[in-house]
Amino acid sequence: MPLNPNSSFTPLIVAFCCNWCSYAGADLAGTSRLNYPAQIKIIKVPCSCRIDPMFVLRAFQKGADGVILCGCHPGDCHYSTGNYYARRRITLFFSMLEYLGIEKERTHLEWVSAAEGNKFASTMRKFTEQIHALGKNERLEDIR
Amino acid sequence: MIQKQMQERAKQMLSLGEVTCVLGWKKGDFSTNPQPAVFESEKDLEDLVYDKYCAANLSKYLVELTKKEGKVLVFLKPCDTYSFNQLLKENLIKKERSYIIGIGCEGNMQVDDDMQEIGLLEKCQTCTKTAHMVFDELIGEELTVRQGDDPFEGVLNLEQMSSDERYGFWREELSKCIRCNACRNVCPACNCRKCVFDNNKYDTAQKVNASSFEEQMFHIIRAYHVAGRCTDCGECSRVCPQLIDLHLLNRKFIKDINEFYGEFQAGADTDTPSPLTDFNIDTDPEPGSVHKRG
Amino acid sequence: MQKIGVFVCHCGTNIAGTVNIDEVVENAKHEPGVKYVAEYPYMCSEAGQSMVQKAIDEHDLSGIVISACSPRMHETTFRRAAARTKLNPFMLEMANIREQCSWVHKDKEEATNKAHALTRAAIAKVHHNTPLFPGESPVTKRALVIGGGIAGVSCALDIAEAGFVVDIVESTPSIGGKMAQLDKTFPTLDCSACILTPKMVDAQFHENINIHTYSEIESVEGFVGDFTITIRKKARSVDMKKCTGCGACYDKCPIKKIPGEFDEGLGMRTAIYTPFAQAIPNVPVIDREHCLKFKTGKCGLCETVCAPDAIDFEQEDELITEKYGAVIIATGITPISLDKFGEYAYTSPDVITSLEFERMTNAAGPTKGELIRISDKKKPKSITFIQCVGSRDVAVRSKTYCSKICCMYTAKHAMLVKDKYPDIEVNVFYIDVRTPGKNFDEFYRRAVEEYGVNYIKGQVGKVVDNGDSLWIQAVDMLDNKQIKTKTDLIVLATAIEPVKSVRNIAGMLSASIDTNNFMTEAHPKLKPVESPTAGVFLAGACQGPKDIPETVAGAGATAAKVIGLLAKDKLITNPCIADLDPYYCNGCSACEKVCPYGAISYEDTEINDHGKKAIRRIAVINKALCQGCGACVVTCPSGAMDLLGFSNRQITAEVDAICR
Repeated sequence: MPLNPNSSFTPLIVAFCCNWCSYAGADLAGTSRLNYPAQIKIIKVPCSCRIDPMFVLRAFQKGADGVILCGCHPGDCHYSTGNYYARRRITLFFSMLEYLGIEKERTHLEWVSAAEGNKFASTMRKFTEQIHALGKNERLEDIR
Repeated sequence: MIQKQMQERAKQMLSLGEVTCVLGWKKGDFSTNPQPAVFESEKDLEDLVYDKYCAANLSKYLVELTKKEGKVLVFLKPCDTYSFNQLLKENLIKKERSYIIGIGCEGNMQVDDDMQEIGLLEKCQTCTKTAHMVFDELIGEELTVRQGDDPFEGVLNLEQMSSDERYGFWREELSKCIRCNACRNVCPACNCRKCVFDNNKYDTAQKVNASSFEEQMFHIIRAYHVAGRCTDCGECSRVCPQLIDLHLLNRKFIKDINEFYGEFQAGADTDTPSPLTDFNIDTDPEPGSVHKRG
Repeated sequence: MQKIGVFVCHCGTNIAGTVNIDEVVENAKHEPGVKYVAEYPYMCSEAGQSMVQKAIDEHDLSGIVISACSPRMHETTFRRAAARTKLNPFMLEMANIREQCSWVHKDKEEATNKAHALTRAAIAKVHHNTPLFPGESPVTKRALVIGGGIAGVSCALDIAEAGFVVDIVESTPSIGGKMAQLDKTFPTLDCSACILTPKMVDAQFHENINIHTYSEIESVEGFVGDFTITIRKKARSVDMKKCTGCGACYDKCPIKKIPGEFDEGLGMRTAIYTPFAQAIPNVPVIDREHCLKFKTGKCGLCETVCAPDAIDFEQEDELITEKYGAVIIATGITPISLDKFGEYAYTSPDVITSLEFERMTNAAGPTKGELIRISDKKKPKSITFIQCVGSRDVAVRSKTYCSKICCMYTAKHAMLVKDKYPDIEVNVFYIDVRTPGKNFDEFYRRAVEEYGVNYIKGQVGKVVDNGDSLWIQAVDMLDNKQIKTKTDLIVLATAIEPVKSVRNIAGMLSASIDTNNFMTEAHPKLKPVESPTAGVFLAGACQGPKDIPETVAGAGATAAKVIGLLAKDKLITNPCIADLDPYYCNGCSACEKVCPYGAISYEDTEINDHGKKAIRRIAVINKALCQGCGACVVTCPSGAMDLLGFSNRQITAEVDAICR
């Protein structure tokens, strides 16, 4: 899917998905053959509350251009409260990244249920476009 | 005057066997840099000083001192009592092994490289902590409430910059870091047995920093790890040899917490849940909804 | 030294059609630690699995990566295959190159590159996998059913018949639920009480069933197979053992004007009362809010007339704690409040809900089955039914869903009126008439064709009570005209919603609930009677609107699932749980605070600190309670806490591999 024919930039995007909702939602997008850009690479975690800000920074450090976190909708967490903790952590952490001058569009949190294959695919398409528009992440990349 | 009272009371408690040692300050290499010290005899206590240069927060020393048998007499300024409470909340201090004497404070002075006084420390200019949160007794006059500057002004100024300007600012600031770990060592909230940056569990332990990213990562994660626990004692910025305004990171979290989850002051008590180990189903904002700047 | 095997599946053309398998295989060979790489058209087939098993043994593999479909599909398959070899089944990772790659990308080069990256990440992760061993936990062979309506009672009977002890907790003074209030049932018009009460009696006398009425759930601890639940039996003020159910007490009670809950407020009850004649248990309750003895200290007439001396004004709430292997939520539904529906003039005595209508037409009801206007006690000449009151509407006061049962019971009500009083004019305002179900549409058509019930497609905009009759303003959507008409009695098909208390109950059980307060199923299609929380099951309309046959069928399915669980002696537990490095733990308690299962406690523990023994306050994980969410891991700043199967190092390795 060529997002911007004038640019040769291929973003690298890491998506962290909780096992019970968002990863299943991504599977449903697959079963339903809903296209989204191949730049999205998914890492499975049990719950959005397992996503450590260290992982997000690590991804940026190693060259990711965008990081998107997905979990069950508030109220639907398989572990009942995990995504409420995740919401606070991620809200504060994203706000801090913005404060440090990391473009806020590089990070995103989306609640995607196991039934929302369509939403998963459209969210990924939109996020990839957003990263594409921003260009390469140079602010947190490790130069090694 | 107050120093004399402190010495007398400490000597009395030591001699009566009510405490086994005293935690205070003694004169440093210069008159303007007193340092934390433990006194074990009445004679030692002659060296105890208390003046406008005694900025060091003594609370963290109690973590090790209260592991030992006996009782420690500790002198705490109002702001230091917040750290004491926070450490108590995290089960790192044994309350029954400490005796707190709250002492008045009129703000601590900052000195330059030539040990010349250059005005109040930043943490004292913006001080909002004028009362002791916890104490066994108080020495000295009732405190004068200082009308300080707005502690969040610095954060606000940064927030109003463009994303590029902020990035420029932080790259400049954090690139000064020499990873001496003074901030980590002095911080009462940095009380891990082993820092995550020193263990190999995240593959983050680094002997040599190949890029500025290491400093960025260290400071971002350090601020994140103490978020909701940082009392804003300002010690990190005070001890930084590179004069990095580290408190601007912590205060960003404090400001956000206050705005998103309601006013919260770490160390004001020992039972209010920390904002990061708590949630409110109905009122917690979504990350997307709090982006309003930049 | 790691010896990793990588197995790439074509899945016929499902993967191979978009991903260049040869390239993925070739690239995998160059990944560190990879010793063996193979591909096969269907890795999940018998032959594919044997290939994996053979390779593990022949090449002495220390870990394997299967690049194939989603782990949600076949992880268990391949773990079982690995378990047949000497390899620990948890030394396996899957790269999802079908659902999350070949099926969502069209460009072959892009898809191949991504398949390579995902395989690389799985290889990087498996480097840090450790052998894991599932534990076992016991199963208490006893079930708790919350709610004593038809769902709870029939589910309890099915479980009890299989030989397991079942306790029913019901918040009102009698079991029976909403079905006990109904007069007739659709589409057969058999008497509701006649089919329900034998079931209630069966439950009462079943040796494996204990019924706790006038009781609520106080607290829940534990997990699947081993719940510890405390039940609060509210003070009835009547000794259940002594009472013979003679009824002398309520005959004598001087407080007679309390609107009765069972009759939906149309009939009056006494302060000491049994809700209805066939109540089980047939033991009255004193309503302490209205009882003179409790309000003023004077009276005590019931005590005087009670021959077996069963009245006990001093009785206190009793707490019963019991262990259960499974819990069934069967809390049911209730009509919504009509406070915000002013246009229907519900405050008028002659505008009633359908449930009130059921009571009115019931021979044991407040009017002895006589159809009258409450205001003037006269027989109505015309009755109007209004459907979808609060259902299928996006307004805040309403429910967006269809309450499902209203079309059928309205047809039933209309038909019953016409059958008994052919001279009464019956109109029904509807949006759609929905009649899917066995003999349902036939039933509705009979109402129209045989009984001459007048169905009008349209919504009622306003009802005004002008004393001797009710004025209706409505729209006839088929004729596209305004209607202004007069009627004597209006029946509102009020939307139903879950009972309020279910939110609290779901919270205690950590079972999830949707925005409408209906319980959420573990899977809407494949696990329709299980909640996502292990050991918590669902029955009846707490899941969504249901009629009686559906409820009973569902309750039977629930019972089958519960019996399947209780029949086991032990449960295999998930080994991917929190794991503490005691040396790093500084005792701050942050993890304990975020654990949703209370699986973390703190204990003074002896630690080996560089060869020195030390006593420290550190976290202790209850392996049976931990479900492996990871909330504690991220809360722990020092990294003392980690998660087996999703460790910090494993995830970091995946991130690094993907970003390489």
